[in-house]
Amino acid sequence: MKKIKLTITVNGKKHTLRIAPNLRLLDLLRDELRLTGTKEGCGIGECGACTVILDGKAVNSCLVLAGRCDGSEIITIEGLARDGALHPLQQSFIDHGAVQCGFCTPGMILSAKALLDENQRPTEKDIRVAIAGNLCRCTGYKQIVQAIQTVADREKTP
Amino acid sequence: MDPVTSTIGKSLPRVDAREKVKGTAMYAGDIYMDGMLFARVKRAEHPHARITSINTSKARRLKGVAAVATAKDIPGEKTFGAVIQDNKPIADDKVRYLGDAVAIVAAESEAIAEKAVSLIDVGYEVLPAVFDPREALKPGAPEIHEGGNLIAHHMTRKGDVEAGFNESDIIIKRSYTTQMVEHSYIEPECVVAYFQPDGTLVVKGSHQNIYSIRSAVSRFMGLPLSKVRIIQACLGGSFGGKDDCMSVLGCRAGLLSLLTGRPVKLTNSREDSIIESYKRHPYFLKYKVGVKKDGTIMAMEIEMTADGGAYACQTPFVTWRSVVHATGPYRVANVKTDVYGAYTNNTYTGAFRGFGSPQITFAYESLMDEIAGELGIDPLDLRLSNALRDGDITATGQELDHTVSVSEALKVTTEAAAWNEKRSSFPENNASRTKKRGIGLACSYRGVALGAEGVDATGAIVRVHSDGSVDISTGLVEMGQGLKTVFSQIAAGELGVPIERIHYLETDTSTITDGGPTVASRSTIMGGAAVRKAAIGVREKLFRAAAEKLGASPQDLAAADERIFVRNDPDKAIGFLDAVTLALDGGMHLSSFAWHNSPPIWWSEKEGRGAAYFTYVYGCQVAEVEVDIETGKVDVIHVWAAHDVGKALNPDAVNGQIYGGVAMGIGYAILEEVELVDGVTKTVNLDEYLIPTAMDVGMMDAFILENEDRCGPYGAKCIAEPTAELCGGAIANAIFHATGKRLRELPINLERVVLGHKLVKKKRRVR
Repeated sequence: MKKIKLTITVNGKKHTLRIAPNLRLLDLLRDELRLTGTKEGCGIGECGACTVILDGKAVNSCLVLAGRCDGSEIITIEGLARDGALHPLQQSFIDHGAVQCGFCTPGMILSAKALLDENQRPTEKDIRVAIAGNLCRCTGYKQIVQAIQTVADREKTP
Repeated sequence: MDPVTSTIGKSLPRVDAREKVKGTAMYAGDIYMDGMLFARVKRAEHPHARITSINTSKARRLKGVAAVATAKDIPGEKTFGAVIQDNKPIADDKVRYLGDAVAIVAAESEAIAEKAVSLIDVGYEVLPAVFDPREALKPGAPEIHEGGNLIAHHMTRKGDVEAGFNESDIIIKRSYTTQMVEHSYIEPECVVAYFQPDGTLVVKGSHQNIYSIRSAVSRFMGLPLSKVRIIQACLGGSFGGKDDCMSVLGCRAGLLSLLTGRPVKLTNSREDSIIESYKRHPYFLKYKVGVKKDGTIMAMEIEMTADGGAYACQTPFVTWRSVVHATGPYRVANVKTDVYGAYTNNTYTGAFRGFGSPQITFAYESLMDEIAGELGIDPLDLRLSNALRDGDITATGQELDHTVSVSEALKVTTEAAAWNEKRSSFPENNASRTKKRGIGLACSYRGVALGAEGVDATGAIVRVHSDGSVDISTGLVEMGQGLKTVFSQIAAGELGVPIERIHYLETDTSTITDGGPTVASRSTIMGGAAVRKAAIGVREKLFRAAAEKLGASPQDLAAADERIFVRNDPDKAIGFLDAVTLALDGGMHLSSFAWHNSPPIWWSEKEGRGAAYFTYVYGCQVAEVEVDIETGKVDVIHVWAAHDVGKALNPDAVNGQIYGGVAMGIGYAILEEVELVDGVTKTVNLDEYLIPTAMDVGMMDAFILENEDRCGPYGAKCIAEPTAELCGGAIANAIFHATGKRLRELPINLERVVLGHKLVKKKRRVR
């Protein structure tokens, strides 16, 4: 298969690569860039473990062809902490016991980030809708919802 | 301050959370090695067939293929198994279910391996198959393994059931069935296998039970146990599920690594995972119960059959747990229980959080409500009047010598849920509505740890280094439940140092002796006790070193806040690090290995009785539902869950276990079913196999009950499994309260609510 050229910005860093046209964004991140915080749980866009933020929107990277991301900006879980300081959502997940096995956690945090970037005053329902595409088998979601709500409440106070 | 209270009973944050929220935690799939090959599996094409030929020549010729292996290439034994050695990582003579492997391939990429698999031709002589365990036990049924289809039969005998029925005012007979469900850990199974230069085979993977996997791989590869090293990668959920199927993956990847001399990664896709990995047993349960008009249970006669699928796996132990607990947490003078496990050509079944209890809890708690309905007694009152109390004798003849808290759990949850008010107000309010509310409950008792099903012992190592940092090592594994955190809390508390000083070492069969499996909710009570003993062992050395300096005797010392001090004169103290230095300079070693054995228990298979477990936990869950009678949709509005854990060493972590178990129970009750038609899995990914999302779980309130137990560290017992065994019964009872429909099959999905039975899909051709 003839390779195609792709320029993509991941976590603020620009990459120019030659890739197979059928490469999924998920494989580009994991296999080519070794950003393995993005997980594969089902390969069909049901579990949300592969969630990344593509040009401001949370997407299942297993359903996105890397080739269509030319010129796009992507944020993965590795792009959230700055200079060793965790993102407020990351810290809140720790503080609320919202992490168990941790396999859904990167995708869950990125779905939450995409929500809060768009809606600073989410209701509990908004949060549940935003993470409805991120399956978690360990937590029952309660502490995850609390972790996100706490960050939202903190950020909306002027 | 009591030294250990600085960490015990505190909701300290997880010690492994930071790497998990950063995305840097290394799961098995995140391992990449130089020269690594990728493996795929050629699966069976019939659920029961004799293999007549395998042609791999086209696959071998494909560019990029490094090896193709069949059963002929196995260097050691072809089988493994915890109880019965019948599981075959690569089938040789026959295939017994559609998840079986016939050949395996290693190639430069997954795509090439997949292509190679499609080029393998296998000839079969199709054999008659059987998919219902009750049929499988009849004379003349197709024989799946030599010697017949019975995997296990366990019984309980107490009193005289016929006499009990004769003394009863009414006799009720009911049948219930439960479905096959999938663990649905979000991380599918994955291993990476490679050889060290000294000939040791290393298998890193998403392992739950490193020692059972080591046994299987050692046997299959013909290597001594000492030359097989199983290392657990960060584990993305397991719930009992990553044991035998990880042995299977480990054997296959190990063989391909041997044949190629290169590292081999074998990752199951979600479809592979659902088709191949073992499941929760479907059960067919028949209950006959005799009761007095006042609700006193006089006798219970119970017979159940579990579908073990193609391999025995944990069926002998799962069905044993069912036989012990079959009556529920009630005083029953006369009991006769028989549980059978049978081979079929379905996907095999094994350990899954609950382990033979969610099935029976659904049945006996549905039955309790049916009895209450027949007698016109409130379901809560019926339970309270029959519930086990301190000193009572169980169905297996065991005297309960600890605090029996089932009534406490019933009271706490029903009060919080406003049970009495809702039981009477909901039916009135429902009359004119199509969305009807209902409230129901289920309670249980549960034997802690392995019980008389096996030897129960485990070990831990605690080491203090010269800079005062501490590491701990056990053979038990973190799988999300919080074991590393709780064990670190114990070591920190006993040594009187902050938890930040503790480092939990990678779980690796080459670093510590076999401490048994991380199952049966045994880790805190067994492993926690071992860590505590090991930490105390090191602390005693530090006390000996400090005693001379402080002019006190070692037994008068205590450790807290990074100090070692005289208990009655706390100003007389030296720093923790100073004590470490003193001890090392004095030629001591600051490490301790401790071993913890369970208290004695026993079981007589012949008599069907025994002291099955050394202690029990008790719990109750109340569920409030809203049922749309037009669509059949059940919304779980609120669940109240009370669990006696003995002592909560980390309350936030206990709550997390309760919420997660409730969510799993909700899925079991109304959503989840692995649909098999003639052995073909029809729900092969998470679009068809539905687990609860954040929108499917309602409000949840957890109540932690603490009746400290003499058997556990600080009085702690367990939590993981009892949380997942109650919602089936509680929700079924709530649906009955809402609709008046008694549904005796799980899951209670849309069609069962509307039609009263399952929709049967048209048969599809066998793949």
